[in-house]
Amino acid sequence: MTAPTRTERDATAAHDVPGASAPVPGGTAIRHSRFEHGLMFVAPFLVLYALFLVWPVVLGIKMSLTSDNITGSGGEYVGFDNYAEALSDPDMWEALWQTVWFTLLSTVPLVLLGLVMALLAHGLRFVDWLWRLSWFAPYLLPSGVVGLLWLWIIYPADFGLADQVLAEFGLHPGIGWLTDPQYAMLSIVIATIWWTVGFNFLLYLAALQSIPQHLYEAAELDGASAWQRLWHITLPMLRRTTGVVVILQLLASLKIFDQVYIMTQGGPDGATKTTLLYVFEEGFTGYRIGYASAASYIFFALIVIVSLIHLHLARRTRQESTS
Amino acid sequence: MSAAADTSRPDPVSAAAPASAGGTGGGRRPRWTRGRVAMLLAALVLAATWLLPLAYALATSLKPMGEEVETPLAWIGSSVTFDAYDKVWAAGDLPRWMLNTLYISVMTTLLTVLLCAMAAYGFARTEFRGRKVLYAVVLAGIMVPPQVLMAPLFAEMAALGLVDTYWGVILPQVAVPAMVFILVKFFEGVPRELEEAAFCDGAGRWRVFFTIVLPLSRPVLAAVSIFVFIHTWNNFLWPFLVTTDPNGMTLPVGLVNIQSSYGVRYSQVMASLVMAGLPLLVVFAVFQRQIVRGVAHTGLAGK
Repeated sequence: MTAPTRTERDATAAHDVPGASAPVPGGTAIRHSRFEHGLMFVAPFLVLYALFLVWPVVLGIKMSLTSDNITGSGGEYVGFDNYAEALSDPDMWEALWQTVWFTLLSTVPLVLLGLVMALLAHGLRFVDWLWRLSWFAPYLLPSGVVGLLWLWIIYPADFGLADQVLAEFGLHPGIGWLTDPQYAMLSIVIATIWWTVGFNFLLYLAALQSIPQHLYEAAELDGASAWQRLWHITLPMLRRTTGVVVILQLLASLKIFDQVYIMTQGGPDGATKTTLLYVFEEGFTGYRIGYASAASYIFFALIVIVSLIHLHLARRTRQESTS
Repeated sequence: MSAAADTSRPDPVSAAAPASAGGTGGGRRPRWTRGRVAMLLAALVLAATWLLPLAYALATSLKPMGEEVETPLAWIGSSVTFDAYDKVWAAGDLPRWMLNTLYISVMTTLLTVLLCAMAAYGFARTEFRGRKVLYAVVLAGIMVPPQVLMAPLFAEMAALGLVDTYWGVILPQVAVPAMVFILVKFFEGVPRELEEAAFCDGAGRWRVFFTIVLPLSRPVLAAVSIFVFIHTWNNFLWPFLVTTDPNGMTLPVGLVNIQSSYGVRYSQVMASLVMAGLPLLVVFAVFQRQIVRGVAHTGLAGK
């Protein structure tokens, strides 16, 4: 295998150097090989990208305009009927609202707690492994483990850990954690915070470690207190990271599915039925895959809007940092 | 390093007791002031809160059957037993799901990293007609969440006959535009001189890519690999949609059905959770540094 390539290489090398057949010896050969191979590097990725991303996007649009059924029947062209139906379905609006509500409820504590954890770990510089283990390890668990574990903690009324801890603090136990519409979403939010805050913690920790040490040294020489250093150096230096963390968190929270499916299946009475769950139920339990496509594209529009805001902010901060 | 230690000295308190500075050891580690002790307490409370659910799962899994639901809550039952683990393991579902998940995650990671690295190199360093347009099309894909495509992708896989196959789970997860973006950014920073020298020696594109560029990119490739591996191992929605046969399920998908098969035998449910969570926790313990760095780097560019 190696022998022929080596001789081949020697041959081309021998060819290029003494033989002045081309005006720029070697140069054209290099450029030529570049042109030849460039597309070959990209092709395998592009094939899969076209098959499993571009094509489903196109197919989804096509399906959303039909009465497609998951069993393959139906398939009549219905124009924008599916979109009209989704936009006039109160359940769809309810699902969109539950998604936004979950996103609002989860993003604020997830970002703030992530920041606090990072500030603590960075400030302490002591038993780092303990903080990483306890705060980030849950992020590595599959959603099934998280969902079932939290069900076990909150669901069995009275003998569940949550109720017993509350009783310990003299609070009234026996909250219908998942059966009371008032608390069901809160329970999902708590489980989600426990599960994913470690990701934001690590992003903030990395940002804290990249703040130049000399800023603090200078401030300390000027007699700035720890609080002043936090307010006037650390937090301003984290502004850009916070923007990224918030957007990533918004996008992740909007896409909530696993926890809800596992813990409440959208209940009680639709109180936790988020958009992706709605899409899933319409398409895979109700078999109306054409309608489900339309509903998911309406949701897609929401995601794209958030992503575009992200891009806009990213570009603006980049311009600020370069100017 | 020593400058940092010196500048902290002018503080009047430490000037009065210079010996205390050395006491805490570790060059950059601050002294145990009152504020720092308060921080430590806050951190410990938070850490305990975060560890409590895990400890509870572990405690429940070690109780003899029937004692899980006794009140008041006891952390340790009348005896500590691995019964629940034996039963779950012997039932055979969990080990099978783990092997499925391992196979799918390893294949997905290898393919993703190889294809995305090749594509990124193609976009970052080669010239061909339509390169800019194609790269723009790939970047646009970053905005498409895979969850949005569940209906059409399922229809496509059904048409291709890939439902309930490993490849049905793997293939749609391989072309990740965000990974191409991360790697393009990295390859753009690799000095061209290294490649030019190899070209002058007569090496071709492929050779340069595999023997110079890839070895140079080991840290970023490791970060991307770990990220993809964790993501695939834990992915729920797509494997859940595309597998109906219990024998072909991945761990996250199988777990969801476990409650119905073990019912109120909570010690066995919790034993399953502990076993299901353990592989990645072990991976984390071994590769802590790489994982932390990987999340920090790839995470910022988008999931």
